[in-house]
Amino acid sequence: MKILVAVKRVVDHAVRVRVRPDGSGVETENVRMSMNPFDKNAVEAAVQLGEAGHADEIVVVSIGPRQSNDVILTALAMGAHRGILIEADGRVETLAVAKLLRAVVDEEKPDLVLLGKQAVDDDSNQVGQMLAGLLDWPQATFASEIKVVGGGLEVTREVDYGRATIGVALPAIVTADLRLNTPRNAALPMVMKARSKPLAVRPVAEFGIDVAPRLKVEKVSPPAERPGGRKLGSVDELAAAIKSELSELEAL
Amino acid sequence: MAVLVLAEHDLGKLSASTARIVAAAERLGPVHLLVAGQGVAEVAAEAARIAGVEKVLVADSPALAELTAEAVAKLLAELAEPYGHIVAASASTGRDAIPRLAAKLDVMPVTDVIAIHGPNRFDRPIYAGNAIETIASGEPKHLLTIRASAFRPAQSGNNAPISAVGPDVAAVAKFIAAHRTESELPELSTAQIVVAGGVSFGSAERFALVEDLARTLGAAVGATRAAVDAGYAPNDWQVGQTGKIIAPDLYIGIGISGALQHLAGIQGARKIVAINKDPEAPLMKIADIALVGDLFEVVPQLIAGLKR
Ligand SMILES: Cc1cc2nc3c(=O)[nH]c(=O)nc-3n(C[C@H](O)[C@H](O)[C@H](O)COP(=O)(O)OP(=O)(O)OC[C@H]3O[C@@H](n4cnc5c(N)ncnc54)[C@H](O)[C@@H]3O)c2cc1C
Ligand SMILES: Nc1ncnc2c1ncn2[C@@H]1O[C@H](COP(=O)(O)O)[C@@H](O)[C@H]1O
Repeated sequence: MKILVAVKRVVDHAVRVRVRPDGSGVETENVRMSMNPFDKNAVEAAVQLGEAGHADEIVVVSIGPRQSNDVILTALAMGAHRGILIEADGRVETLAVAKLLRAVVDEEKPDLVLLGKQAVDDDSNQVGQMLAGLLDWPQATFASEIKVVGGGLEVTREVDYGRATIGVALPAIVTADLRLNTPRNAALPMVMKARSKPLAVRPVAEFGIDVAPRLKVEKVSPPAERPGGRKLGSVDELAAAIKSELSELEAL
Repeated sequence: MAVLVLAEHDLGKLSASTARIVAAAERLGPVHLLVAGQGVAEVAAEAARIAGVEKVLVADSPALAELTAEAVAKLLAELAEPYGHIVAASASTGRDAIPRLAAKLDVMPVTDVIAIHGPNRFDRPIYAGNAIETIASGEPKHLLTIRASAFRPAQSGNNAPISAVGPDVAAVAKFIAAHRTESELPELSTAQIVVAGGVSFGSAERFALVEDLARTLGAAVGATRAAVDAGYAPNDWQVGQTGKIIAPDLYIGIGISGALQHLAGIQGARKIVAINKDPEAPLMKIADIALVGDLFEVVPQLIAGLKR
């Protein structure tokens, strides 16, 4: 099968972001950026399907500024074959991302599209489901296991009550959860090789899709601070403190 | 215009989160509460008792038994026309179906709403809760998922009329198996008290200490991602950016460092208690009450002390 993987360049998950004092957003200047963690799981899943003989071509696509080349190169170093960067500056909302991905699906005709379950910058958790809706394909979100069975997939999903296993026919959309796999760190030779793999850069305007934001971000504020409290000296004090909390709760 | 709210239920019972999202949605207009599933007559009867519900709609069909995204989105799309807002809880079903529906209706949704400022102005957290975005939407219809733990539940005592809607839906994905975590402890996402443990417990057997303490307190159990990854706790106990977001009155975190992804899940907690051998752990610094100590000594003593 042919697999398309969507990867996003985001502020590195280990960075604690700061809200700009004027409330216009979070500080992204001079902040470490990397591939969205869940998208690494999605790339890894695609590469593993390739290694198991189920996939013959893996195409990665990213929508964002020029620098998003970096995350495409990371995916190519992990084992993807070809990259597409749809160059767009500024905020591109999830619905527009999904529409651009649909346009790529129409061109590339993959059997499977793998995405991360959520981007850790906007925490939207939307694009995979939207793409499935636009294409009218089945969706298997929050995947922690993917098996190829017959002509389709059996996907185990992380849900509120535990896990659920579903069967989906191809073509389908799958979004990756963190427990799907452990993404590999590409060895240096693979990183070198990635630079010679094809990477097409295409301006967003080429797609003729309206990407103007529909939601207005009025302001971005920091969350309420938690000032910290008291340190206790013994377990007995802790038991007493918890008991007094409990009686307060009963009073509520 | 009325608001269509998708009820949360499981195993034939209405989930506690439903009363919370009804309370939130009531600020947007009269609430029509949709109960979708198979054999959900009793759930619908429960739903009719929630204060503020104008009417209950029941979509009962084998195709809705597992509430797959395809079927739920199609059902909501059929019912969508007269509604100004379509609302679901920010939980498995809503997260899966609302964005799919949004794409079908060509509407930009707002997910994980934690505050409502008006019919089209909402707050939602970004960057693992390290920033809060205030959004104004100009969309003709508003599709929302709401974080139930951010809202107080509606009262009960209503007797809203119940009517059936005949859905023309078919299940697309084939449901193969449910792997349920069996536990007699309260439901994590709406529990009043939560006891959570980290990877430092070292084994599933020793993680049972967390459950012992939870049982003593009538609390739900939570875990860090590291503890879940290590196999000490089931995935549905994970608290954080990518697990459950909780807002208990009392949260007790044991042997948990307090990584920002974990803190994202407990920002709404009223009181935080932390037990850690490292006084510099981030969770210890934000805790209302902190005790430095070895959890293997502290927790058994604490259980004994609480029983006294
Ligand atoms: C994209 C992404 C999403 C994530 N989502 C989540 C999420 O939703 N939820 C989540 O929890 N994590 C999440 N994580 C992981 C997170 O970054 C941390 O790795 C994780 O929370 C750490 O778990 P921990 O506190 O159990 O372990 P550690 O960070 O290893 O901390 C262990 C703590 O135990 C203490 N300790 C050790 N022994 C003892 C003892 N005997 N007595 C007392 N204290 C002791 C140590 O001092 C330390 O503070 C995510 C990570 C990423 C990249
Ligand atoms: N700008 C983008 N370019 C490529 N893929 C994206 C982009 N935004 C989101 N995605 C994909 O969609 C997933 C879910 O993102 P979101 O719905 O924004 O949380 C991500 O994990 C990516 O796989």
